[in-house]
Amino acid sequence: MRSAQIEERLFQALMLLSVFIVAGSLFLILLTIILRGLPALTVEMITRPPEGGYYLGKEGGILNAILGSLYLASGATLLALLLALPISIYLRIYGQRSRLSEIVRLAMDVLWGIPSIVYGAIAFTFMLWVGMRASLLGGILALAMLELPILVRGMDETLGSVPSALKEASYSLGATRLETTLRVVLRQSGPGLVTAVLLAFGRGIGDAASVLFTAGYTDHLPYSLLRPVASLPLAVFFQLATPYPAVQERAYTSALVLTLIVLAISLTSRYLSKGLLKHQIR
Amino acid sequence: MWISLGATLLLPLMAWVLYLRSRPLLQTQDVVFLLTSASWHPLQGKFGFAPFLMGTLWVTTTGMVLAIPPSILTAVYLSEYAPARVRSFSAPMIDLLAGIPSVVYGVWGVLAVVPYIGHTVMPWAQKYLYFIPIFQSDNPTGFGILAGGIVLAVMVFPIIIAVAENVIHAVPQGLREASLALGATRWQTTKHIVLRRARSGVFAAVVLGFSRAFGETMAVLMVVGNIVQMPGSVFDAAYPLTALIANNYGEMMSIPLYDSALLGSALLLLLVVLGFSLLSRVVLIRFAQSAGEPV
Repeated sequence: MRSAQIEERLFQALMLLSVFIVAGSLFLILLTIILRGLPALTVEMITRPPEGGYYLGKEGGILNAILGSLYLASGATLLALLLALPISIYLRIYGQRSRLSEIVRLAMDVLWGIPSIVYGAIAFTFMLWVGMRASLLGGILALAMLELPILVRGMDETLGSVPSALKEASYSLGATRLETTLRVVLRQSGPGLVTAVLLAFGRGIGDAASVLFTAGYTDHLPYSLLRPVASLPLAVFFQLATPYPAVQERAYTSALVLTLIVLAISLTSRYLSKGLLKHQIR
Repeated sequence: MWISLGATLLLPLMAWVLYLRSRPLLQTQDVVFLLTSASWHPLQGKFGFAPFLMGTLWVTTTGMVLAIPPSILTAVYLSEYAPARVRSFSAPMIDLLAGIPSVVYGVWGVLAVVPYIGHTVMPWAQKYLYFIPIFQSDNPTGFGILAGGIVLAVMVFPIIIAVAENVIHAVPQGLREASLALGATRWQTTKHIVLRRARSGVFAAVVLGFSRAFGETMAVLMVVGNIVQMPGSVFDAAYPLTALIANNYGEMMSIPLYDSALLGSALLLLLVVLGFSLLSRVVLIRFAQSAGEPV
């Protein structure tokens, strides 16, 4: 009995140590990014594109990258949503427990794990085949492939949590499967769907490897689907790689801006899903 | 239904495209030779993947070794020991942190981890741990496998913790109570009952973290040093497969077979992830069967 208590104490101590390590390292990251990013954060930084000599430390900002990232992630999320919604509805309503839906789930699990750089390389290969250059459209395609499994997974889970009694009630009133899906299931799972979409959006906006070749980089504000477009993660990456300390400072600031955008998305999704939950039947 | 079928076909389609594009290289050289050769001289037509393969293995292994114990212990703590108040606070925090982009982790690595390793950890290890081969190195910069491993570990903390905690928490309360009623301590209950019951889920959580770490590009690329060599120590610089693609694809198209080699390494990444997903699925089904539960 004595040794059991010693073991208990030991593992409790180890657990507290682990919690401390995990919480501490994550706290350190946020602290580092905020402390190093704040000094160079100015209004100019987030409202103007780079101007002449920006990469030597002169005037300008990263508006090109902020807008570019928002366009890329919005386009990709929209495109992925158009595919993911029917797929997850199929998985939960039409093809429930069918062989195909098992295979689709497995495929989505595998796709979820595929590195984003692989999506980038494949999308770029495809673009070379059809003669497309690095562009906003190319970046959207690559990101949409990356986001698709994330969206399907999230939505599949949400749709699965709708009580089957609710569906059965709808069927018993004579509603078809489509009517039940649109009026009951989707409405009931609204908050979860919003969360899934925002999660995918957050992943998309923060991903650098898939847009590296496909979207390219430019100092201009995005204005055409077929032109290259800048993105925040790449802005961080490229500015950090320059030898000028003033530009590296801006890389930290860009990282801070990116973090703030992602945190804002996360908080919004939390707030929205809480607000919508009020109308849910339980 | 047709869209679902199409989306499922995306996976074989991607593998096929990569295979098609890497075939020119595979036709000239033997696969086993390519994977084991350490000679990487694209201009002379030599494409030995071994340094990059080893780089990926070293960094991922280091990351997982550092990540698994603290994240599982944290998950156990949050699920079994922490008061409900802490749990309700920690869940959104973990979600929040899982969403932080990888470049941000990379910036943190460059700003904090690399200098710390270069100035503190490395000199200390050379002084006291020099007799252990994997701690010997002459790379004083701090950019290297350990930096990459630490950044990866911190990146996968939230992923492993979130999944593992859910699984552990889902173990029926009655099992715990039965064990506690027999006089077992809390940790004994956790070890023999809760973790035993939840092990397949915990395994799945670890695989999930692994596939994220394995394919991570930017954060690792920024701190790992990117020198083509066979690493022999955690302080050595390495050049993972993902960094190879990111640094060179799109620019080196004029060298014959180069793009073929790069897409070959993308194919390799895809196959490894595929292998691990299938493995984890098989293990999950095994565990479920041996526990007598439906899959």
